[in-house]
Amino acid sequence: MSEHEHTEHIVSPGMYLAIITTLLILTGLTVGAAFVNLGRFNIAVALLIATVKATLVVLIFMHAKYAPERTKLVIIAGIFWLALLLFMTLSDYASRVDYRGVRYPMTQIISHTLGNRG
Amino acid sequence: MHRTGALYGQFKTLEQQKDTATLGMWIFLVTEVMFFGGIMLAYTINRHTYFHAFAMGSNTLSLGLGGFNTVVLLASSFTMAMAVWSAQTSKKGLITLFLSLTIFLGFVFFGVKYVEYAQKFHHHLVPGKTFDIFYCVRNPAKCSDIDAADMAKEKEEIEAAVQADPDLNAHAQLYYSAYFGMTGLHALHMVIGAGLLFWLLKESVAGRFNAEWNNPVDIVGLYWHFVDIVWIYLFPLLYLIDRHK
Amino acid sequence: MRTEATGPAPEMPEKHYLNATYGIRSWLLTTDHKRIALLYLASVTFFFFIGGFFAMMIRLHLLTPNGYLLTPDLYNRMFTMHGVTMVFFFLIPSIPAILGNFLIPLMVGAKDLAFPKINLLSWYIYVVGGLFTLWSMVNGGLDTGWTFYTPFSTLYSNSAVAPAVVGVFITGFSSILTGLNFLVTVHTMRAPGMTWFRLPLFVWAHYATSIVMILGTPVIAITLGLAAMERVFGLGFFNPAMGGDPILFQHLFWFYSHPAVYIMILPAMGVISELIPTFARKRLFGYHFVAAASLAIAVIGFVVWTHHMFLTGQSTYAAVAFSFLTFIVAIPSAIKTFNWTATLFGGSISFDTPMLYAFGFLGLFMIGGLTGLFLGALGVDINIHDTYFVVAHFHYIMVGGAVMGYLGGLHFWWPKITGRMYPEWLARIAAFILFIGFNFTFFPQFILGIMGMPRRYHTYPPEFQIYNVMSTAGASILAIGYLLPMVYLTWAAFYGKVAGDNPWPATGLEWKTQSPPLTENFEVTPVVTWEAYDFHNRPDLGLDVPAGKGSPGVVAPAHGDD
Repeated sequence: MSEHEHTEHIVSPGMYLAIITTLLILTGLTVGAAFVNLGRFNIAVALLIATVKATLVVLIFMHAKYAPERTKLVIIAGIFWLALLLFMTLSDYASRVDYRGVRYPMTQIISHTLGNRG
Repeated sequence: MHRTGALYGQFKTLEQQKDTATLGMWIFLVTEVMFFGGIMLAYTINRHTYFHAFAMGSNTLSLGLGGFNTVVLLASSFTMAMAVWSAQTSKKGLITLFLSLTIFLGFVFFGVKYVEYAQKFHHHLVPGKTFDIFYCVRNPAKCSDIDAADMAKEKEEIEAAVQADPDLNAHAQLYYSAYFGMTGLHALHMVIGAGLLFWLLKESVAGRFNAEWNNPVDIVGLYWHFVDIVWIYLFPLLYLIDRHK
Repeated sequence: MRTEATGPAPEMPEKHYLNATYGIRSWLLTTDHKRIALLYLASVTFFFFIGGFFAMMIRLHLLTPNGYLLTPDLYNRMFTMHGVTMVFFFLIPSIPAILGNFLIPLMVGAKDLAFPKINLLSWYIYVVGGLFTLWSMVNGGLDTGWTFYTPFSTLYSNSAVAPAVVGVFITGFSSILTGLNFLVTVHTMRAPGMTWFRLPLFVWAHYATSIVMILGTPVIAITLGLAAMERVFGLGFFNPAMGGDPILFQHLFWFYSHPAVYIMILPAMGVISELIPTFARKRLFGYHFVAAASLAIAVIGFVVWTHHMFLTGQSTYAAVAFSFLTFIVAIPSAIKTFNWTATLFGGSISFDTPMLYAFGFLGLFMIGGLTGLFLGALGVDINIHDTYFVVAHFHYIMVGGAVMGYLGGLHFWWPKITGRMYPEWLARIAAFILFIGFNFTFFPQFILGIMGMPRRYHTYPPEFQIYNVMSTAGASILAIGYLLPMVYLTWAAFYGKVAGDNPWPATGLEWKTQSPPLTENFEVTPVVTWEAYDFHNRPDLGLDVPAGKGSPGVVAPAHGDD
């Protein structure tokens, strides 16, 4: 079966060093970006940088770049299902309107006196 | 099943065995993605709905400690990758060295996390009956670890946040639910990872790993890197909300 | 009834997995997938009868409109514990953990699952989770409904919610590890020549089931974890008083629990896909479509979950989309049903017990599935939501579908598992009793639902009594139908007629080895050179089916990739 025919790829320490350096620089960058007021794009930039970092870790540290196709399929399936969970649920919150036309959360102010246990 | 050398009885070749173990770990990591996905969803909805409270809560975290821990964890991922490399190239001494370094960095992370958690307990910022986002502002004497300048800034921030969200105490508690839920779960995974690393260290000292047989180092490495990835997302999501104020 | 007439009577093999080693340790520490399957069989059967006891209490209580048997509190506990036990401790592990565990390595031609120790671990996790739940049942019970809806479960319930939630949480990991083991086994442990499209559809169904298990189960784990933390420590995600949202709990809960229905029904569909070709002696019509339909059900099944929440106050726009997707998921199920029926056409059908269960499955699953569409339609759902119509619908799927499939499979593979045949006529009678008892129990509930009787109420108006009496009477027949197989299957395991390697005969690899199999499954690793269910080119089966008989084009040439 062709699935077993792949040889192990050894990533060199130099490559690892380059990746960790990039990761540290990106960490600095994300902290820096947080102190700039980008409005609603702050979170977008933070997530973008985090995703770049995660991708580097997956591809190089975890050797996904050199892995067989089915490993990549597993990774993509994981991301896809996470997206299903997040976006399909958020589609409810984004469009939830009650009979008065009030959007989620239906009650903006809850009395201060309500404690932790209602 | 019986084991012949490194080969378990249900497999035909070492390569099949390695393939199987690696695939198994990747699939397990996908279940972990979904596991964290549930709490990520709760975080996303509440962060969007109660942004002021979340920004307020985030600003009470120490960026220094969080950033330091990020660097520590990234470094531990690097040493773990190096441990895998050492195993693949049969450098037995280096395996032990890099595994020890990884464990050490893991414990540095735990230490910093302990300091952060202890501070939150002390400041009544743990969800539950005693939660009180105003505790330090109202009892500055009991929060002596916050210096006067920071305290003044915090007071100002809290007052502004209450203006925007009168139910700040309840909603800030949601932020801390997310904070403790996510970092607690992450820390639990690190504890499991550290346990696995100790086992690897023991095997490595016994000289079991080499270019032919390094499966365990490889797949524990996958797990450790995954835990690192979770933190890569947690750091900006929890520590970096609205820092520019 | 079968081919016993030809050749000498088969004898029990001298050495097999049951007598390879002896003693309690050899069972409790075994890594043999076949023994682990039997451990599961014992524990799952135990929970089935506990759940059945609760069901009988419910039915007896509902015999009279005012319900003299149980107090309201106790009634709440009964239906909750019935649901929790049956869903998490019987239906979800039943076919995968027993039949799947036993058969998947045999069917793909492997010596064991990919991770035998993890397989054993998953059984222990199941037992620990079960013990937690049992403990909650005897220490205050559980009255939240099997859905654990917040904020009732987190803030108000006075029953033992925390241990039950922890028990279900723990059991989830058993399911995850089983699914992981199956997926990896199918990927890397197939025998030479066993290509993807030569896999039995039972394996395809379990592959799809495993996808649901590994992607859905972690979500309910974290959800129940958060709910438990909320109850114990006061986290606020599901507490409206703190700005949380109880509907979020329902989203997360159903993200798993709707696909969990497919964890129950897909393996049963896999069993039916084995039974119908075997007893019609024909290659399954549209093999590739049935395999693809399994995967389609697993994927689409993940995007229909909010149809459980149409009346909760979720977004109407989202509800429209989810209602549409609910209709879409019916398509692959219909593809399967039509293909099974088409397989019967022109086949030489025999009515052995497993086939009776398969026929039962076809009819009941169809009723269950189509009434699901009533419920998935937004307007209709407003009327029949949370009525007995829903109860009848999901019992037609879970009992009429999943349990029929489970019992059919158990009968079909019992000769392989134990090496001995069950008494055929008794088994046929039991199958009929089950079918009649089942319909008697649940069909009146459809009528009750349309009449407006809500589920989970412990009293009802007197005009509903006649249907409730019918339902309770049916349940007692059903109980006999369940007790009978347990008795005669156990008897057959020790005293039944020796079955031989392939009594039906069937085409799968599991029938190429002795019954019961060796601990290593096969003496030599088998090499597969035939297509699945190809009765026409298998002279080794001793059938008088001429090559090429049946619908045109069903006998595919061997693939060229080996």
